[in-house]
Amino acid sequence: MTTSHIKGKQTRVLPGFHLTLGYTLLYLSLIVLIPLSAIIWKTTSLSATEFWRVITTPQAVASYRLSLGVSLLAALVNAAFGLVVAWVLVRYQFFGKKLVDALVDLPFALPTAVAGITLAYIYGPHGWMGRWLAPLGIQVANTRLGIFVALLFIGLPFIVRTIQPVLEDLDPELEEAAASLGASRWQTFWRVILPMLAPALLTGFALAFARALGEYGSVVFISSNIPLRTQITPLLIMSELDEFQYAKATALAVVMLAISFALLLVINLLQWRASRHQRQN
Amino acid sequence: MSSATPNHNPSRHPATEPAWVRRLLIGVALLFIGLFLVAPLVSVFTQALVKGPGYYWQAVSNPLARSAIGLTLLTAGVAVPLNCVFGVMAAWAVAKFEFRGKSLLLTLIDLPFSISPVISGLMLVLVFGEQGWLGRYEDAEHPWFPWLQQWLNTHNLKIIYAVPGMILATVFVTFPFVARELIPLMEAQGRSEEEAARVLGASGWQTFWRVTLPNIKWGLLYGVILCNARAMGEFGAVSVVSGHIRGETDTIPLHVEALYDGYDFAGAFAAASVLTLLALVTLAVKTWIEHQNAAQNAPADKP
Repeated sequence: MTTSHIKGKQTRVLPGFHLTLGYTLLYLSLIVLIPLSAIIWKTTSLSATEFWRVITTPQAVASYRLSLGVSLLAALVNAAFGLVVAWVLVRYQFFGKKLVDALVDLPFALPTAVAGITLAYIYGPHGWMGRWLAPLGIQVANTRLGIFVALLFIGLPFIVRTIQPVLEDLDPELEEAAASLGASRWQTFWRVILPMLAPALLTGFALAFARALGEYGSVVFISSNIPLRTQITPLLIMSELDEFQYAKATALAVVMLAISFALLLVINLLQWRASRHQRQN
Repeated sequence: MSSATPNHNPSRHPATEPAWVRRLLIGVALLFIGLFLVAPLVSVFTQALVKGPGYYWQAVSNPLARSAIGLTLLTAGVAVPLNCVFGVMAAWAVAKFEFRGKSLLLTLIDLPFSISPVISGLMLVLVFGEQGWLGRYEDAEHPWFPWLQQWLNTHNLKIIYAVPGMILATVFVTFPFVARELIPLMEAQGRSEEEAARVLGASGWQTFWRVTLPNIKWGLLYGVILCNARAMGEFGAVSVVSGHIRGETDTIPLHVEALYDGYDFAGAFAAASVLTLLALVTLAVKTWIEHQNAAQNAPADKP
């Protein structure tokens, strides 16, 4: 490597730029980009009208509505409870706090299939929760509520872990100032703390939502997978695959990928805005 | 169980909530965690032991279970080192040098996180499946690499619905874990220590082994632990490309599914308890690493 190849004045003292970047690009292409481009290649085997017909069948549309609706609801409920959990973990002292803090990451570490069967058991007719809910006329397993419970489980750590560090770094002087100016505790929370937590809360919400949209393992056990009623999009793709309908499965995958990438863009934008905001302060 | 004790350092949060609000919030948080995290965790073990320890032992040690454990160790054993090497390489390139398109590269590295596991499996079927780019049939649609297709055909190497496909699927879904831990860490550390080592005459390798690696060891271990947990527990992507042949192409999560679908619930939970123990060990090691990190950084934080 000669200095003439390098733009700018600084000479690269450290070695390995070409090796590491080259390896990174090669590995990325082999593992991620080539398989991903296979999706686009397969989609082109369908004509535009065929593609449109496949992605707008009543079964497909029902699955998008279910996937989006339940994921949104689960992420919203998680945002509320996740905020409480993060708040309690940062601000209060109580017995077993460290254990609870470690346990929050359980959904990250526990395989989704295990989460699926254990939630299906607990909320099933003979389970610890299902036994109490059944007399009330609430059935969880094999219904949309079951899907909601599974998505609630897998989304929780995203919210807690994005809010926690922001809450820890919050300047206590701002709260003191609000209190000394006569704000009640609730007003301080609503007008001072929550606006500062909002970007993190929104990022956590988007992450939990994105994860819930693609979730398969935990849902497949607790959902009865009935078309039009309890079939989320990943399950629909799976059933097309089981019938070797690759073109159909791919068309549905393109719709999901488009939604996921749009969400990814929103998350990146949120994080970029949050970091710019921090730098300005 | 938990009575809210007053904050040990009252000067930090002088404006605090009334005691009943604190107790209520702690109660709500513990109830939520209890219902959605602790109850599922405990029920795995109670259900696994519901037919007694004899049945449990038989369920986790029969040949099918042993083969599933073996295959899980194999897939993780290939996927984790591969992604570990990639993570270190990518972090070195991104954190130590400036180049155009860096943010695009970072987005691409994170991509597998936002792709549904089912779609990850589908992608591999489209590349390696019988109608795919590198399909085993001679009339595979538009082979992009005819020589590779021929090589696979002559060696009768099956990828989809076989072990190689499952390993590839695992590599794909765990792709970003190590890189994602190391990149921000190495960016924060900068390159002055490495540059000093170079100026003092160390070779590139010596710089990496003696300067960089000790600095990133906790982050690396953290990434490896999370990568391993996901690799051993992956279900959706592996399920798409597995042949579902009992005793041959079943990892532990697929073994759990097969037992569950066969109404052997005690057996399914017994196999699941092995994965749950792995998850608990993962959490313990993760917490320990965070503790180590905090202890290491604490003196530096003080003004």
